[in-house]
Amino acid sequence: MTVAATSNSPPTTPGGQGGVRLARSRRNAELSLLLLAMVLVAAYGAMVEASVLDTVTPSFWVPAAALSAVFLGLHVAIRFLAPFADPALLPSVALLNGLGVGFLHRLDLARATPAERAELATFAGIGGRQLAWTLISVALAAGLLAVVRDHRSISRYAYTLGLAGIVLVMIPAVLPPSISEINGAKLWIRVGGLSIQPGEFAKLALLAFFAYYLVRKREVLSLASRRFLGVDFPRGRDLGPVVVVWLISLLVLVFEKDLGTSLLYFGMFVATLYIATERVSWLLIGLVLFFGGAYLAYVLGELIGGPFANFYLRANIWLDPFADPYNDGYQLVQGLLALGSGGMFGAGPGAGQPLKLPEVQNDFIFAGLGEEIGLFGLSALLVVYLLIVERGLRAALAVHDSFGKLLAGGLAFTLGLQVFVIVGGISGLIPLTGQTTPFLSAGGSSLMANWLLIAILLRVSDAARRPVAGGGASSTRPPGGPPEQLHGAPTEVIRP
Amino acid sequence: MNAPLRRVGVVVMVLFGLLFANLNRIQAYKADDYRNSDYNGRVQVAEYERKRGNIEAGGTAFAVSKQTDGELEYLRTYPGGAKYAHAIGYKPVNLADTGIEEAENAFLAGTSDQLIGDRLRDLVTGDETAGANVLLTISKQAQDVAYEQLRDNRAGVSKGAAIALDPRTGAVQALVSMPSFDPNPLASHDSDEATTAYNELQQNPDGPLKNRALGEVLPPGSTFKIVTAAAALENGVTPDTKIPAGPSWTPPTSGEPIENAAASICPEAEVTLMNAVTESCNTGFAQLGVRLGADTLKEKARQFGFEQDDLTVGRLGEDGEPVAASRTGSMENPDGSVDQAALAQSSIGQRDVRMTPLQGALIAATVANDGNQMRPYLVSQILGADRTTNYYTAEPDELRQPVSDQVAAELREMMESVVQNGTGRNARISGYTVGGKTGTAESGPDTPEHAWFIGFALDEDGNPVSAVCVLLEETGDGGSAEAARIAGQIMRAAIASPGSR
Repeated sequence: MTVAATSNSPPTTPGGQGGVRLARSRRNAELSLLLLAMVLVAAYGAMVEASVLDTVTPSFWVPAAALSAVFLGLHVAIRFLAPFADPALLPSVALLNGLGVGFLHRLDLARATPAERAELATFAGIGGRQLAWTLISVALAAGLLAVVRDHRSISRYAYTLGLAGIVLVMIPAVLPPSISEINGAKLWIRVGGLSIQPGEFAKLALLAFFAYYLVRKREVLSLASRRFLGVDFPRGRDLGPVVVVWLISLLVLVFEKDLGTSLLYFGMFVATLYIATERVSWLLIGLVLFFGGAYLAYVLGELIGGPFANFYLRANIWLDPFADPYNDGYQLVQGLLALGSGGMFGAGPGAGQPLKLPEVQNDFIFAGLGEEIGLFGLSALLVVYLLIVERGLRAALAVHDSFGKLLAGGLAFTLGLQVFVIVGGISGLIPLTGQTTPFLSAGGSSLMANWLLIAILLRVSDAARRPVAGGGASSTRPPGGPPEQLHGAPTEVIRP
Repeated sequence: MNAPLRRVGVVVMVLFGLLFANLNRIQAYKADDYRNSDYNGRVQVAEYERKRGNIEAGGTAFAVSKQTDGELEYLRTYPGGAKYAHAIGYKPVNLADTGIEEAENAFLAGTSDQLIGDRLRDLVTGDETAGANVLLTISKQAQDVAYEQLRDNRAGVSKGAAIALDPRTGAVQALVSMPSFDPNPLASHDSDEATTAYNELQQNPDGPLKNRALGEVLPPGSTFKIVTAAAALENGVTPDTKIPAGPSWTPPTSGEPIENAAASICPEAEVTLMNAVTESCNTGFAQLGVRLGADTLKEKARQFGFEQDDLTVGRLGEDGEPVAASRTGSMENPDGSVDQAALAQSSIGQRDVRMTPLQGALIAATVANDGNQMRPYLVSQILGADRTTNYYTAEPDELRQPVSDQVAAELREMMESVVQNGTGRNARISGYTVGGKTGTAESGPDTPEHAWFIGFALDEDGNPVSAVCVLLEETGDGGSAEAARIAGQIMRAAIASPGSR
């Protein structure tokens, strides 16, 4: 497809990575990895109980067993619905999700009085709620795999999804703060006791739309250009869509007061644009626009305040968290103190003081975990995230249709970017923003959306790895990727 | 599209590399800074894992840590309640520590370098040996009497202070500030309860959190005449020297006449210095002060301890409760010349003269102790958790020598006359020689006068056994008799308590 890709691949295997020749489904590998992950989750639960309760209760394995049952259900579903899906995805996500439930259960134990601790039921507290959300999310993921048997069918609803995405993004911005604002960021819809973060789902919908739109426009976006200073820049009229998305992301920044979501949408768009057009100039334009916009917001926040004041404040907290350690800088300072207290090896599961952290079940869960599992444990978690992202990108590399490549590549990158934004935020690398930590943070919206994301990656990876029926490796037509199947995609060009 | 996908993969790896590098910076490179940061509440939890040492007085613990089953393992409680609040201070979870709890925190919490033996033993045994115990000089009996008498004072006022010292050592025998407060809610592990209690105390107009015995200054009134008298005795005046007096006297540059508290006081043209002290003759002392000059008077006050702003009361030579500086104030005109009216009023403890009750007690103690002023202290001993290892025993230390023993003897004679024949009769204790000086201080046109009494008690051999200062705020005229009565009661209790001669 590209100069680089074809030069890396033997000419006899068009389409880049030769996933097509793998006839093995590797489902048994998935099963063993999944069981290993669940053993780790059970061991974590036992260590927490040993530390918090000074004893391991006979029922320590119940949450892990419940999770195992849920994930095994999805595993079985994958065997039928996506037998050639990447075997590393499910166990990796299951491990993160399981540790998240374990840590939230650990918070319940810490909050309960000694008398209540023994009575904590499996589905009680935030840990129990997260377990229930996991059940629902995994069922949704299986449902998506069952309904969407071919990822290209998603493109048929691209405009609907795009519209839905924009609406979902905008809802919290127009709602009154009493319904939509938590901790200064307007990202929620709160109805009764339930808070929904529509942005989590918007992410998926918008990405599906971007992928579809860019597949249609990639020729014009990548070919029509003007050369300036050795870099090919697009024509002014082709800049339209990117400027629109840039404006939307800045509006999000200003009206939802959230840098993280803004960065996430914009990064997502620039990345898919770059993947679609293979043009570095889009990256440069994107980076300049974003950092220029953020800097402008900072300056405006200092000069006129108003809607920019929140961003200005957050940027200042980031620059010097200890300037106001009890008020403005409190959250970040406590996060840093938790991480620092954990040190290299951590206090041990259950042996830290996570309740000292504000928002420890949401934004600061990584810091709370970091106090107990230390630098080594956090590094391992980062590696698991990286593994998921890279396996997603691998599916994008191996799949043959452009829509699938953009969809999987964009989703995988977005997941990685979200981890970067929140972990970078709580560790003071970038200004702190209210993002959830995928699969760890308490909350149904985030968990459901991210499991749906994984389901799409599973679907795409299944298509990428599925052996060609009868055609063999010599087939010049890549399986599953004829452009005419892409609804209304006249600019789709397959260039081996 | 595969080349950009690969590059995106590299970008994600770089982003995660940044996260990893930054986590290394926080969790390895700067970990110790964060772990021991003042803002880190985990330090607190660790602190509360070890039983904090007791603070005791006369063999009874008035600050003890009790085991709980909460996150913070030990709860600090104060069985003495309000009675010892200002003597001990308090140790809240989130608010600032005060008093001895703050000054001796390292020993009480067990973190002092001197407790290294205990900590090493803990490493081997796996136990958490409790912090060291701090023993106070306070006499339980004297403290009881001081607290109860002040609380139930017959002048019916709500603000005041009392402090008693052993004149020979400087050991504090009683320390009460009124109104007091119960420190127990402040030490609560429920931070809402603690904050609510603190805010209530903070907003109370009577200022119960103030330590009036050490930290607040008021005009001393006639008690300051002892300082003026000391300056006079060093400048050729004897107790029997006749000094000019009269029913009223107007300083040379001012139209404001100075009068006596009652017409019966020194209406004669001249009285002896002895009589002037005994009757508390304002006109005599105003003229005496003007004759001595501002420099002499200010210097004498400074020698008694006025103007010292770094005195603390706790362990000798270490931090303790800070003591506010007593001041003589300005006695100058704007052009730099001496303001005679101000000097005259200052000589009788008015105008800008301000004094802490501790300073009053120190003046009395100095007179009783032959002119030697001992450094005041509250901590007599620090014992390890095993109660056998002694980490500190107070060795009394002379702070300064404001007057010679000759002058001290003459002042003593005059102050004894005040209690024997004059305004301080209520302070008498049978079997002991008591001396003192009353004071009634005007502090403003709309505020009733403050009542003072400073005094001392000598045993039958003439050894000083107690010196005291009692302050009752806003009693109005005549409150000093009540102050003298309370002072006598406190000294009687201090003398009677074990360990006292």
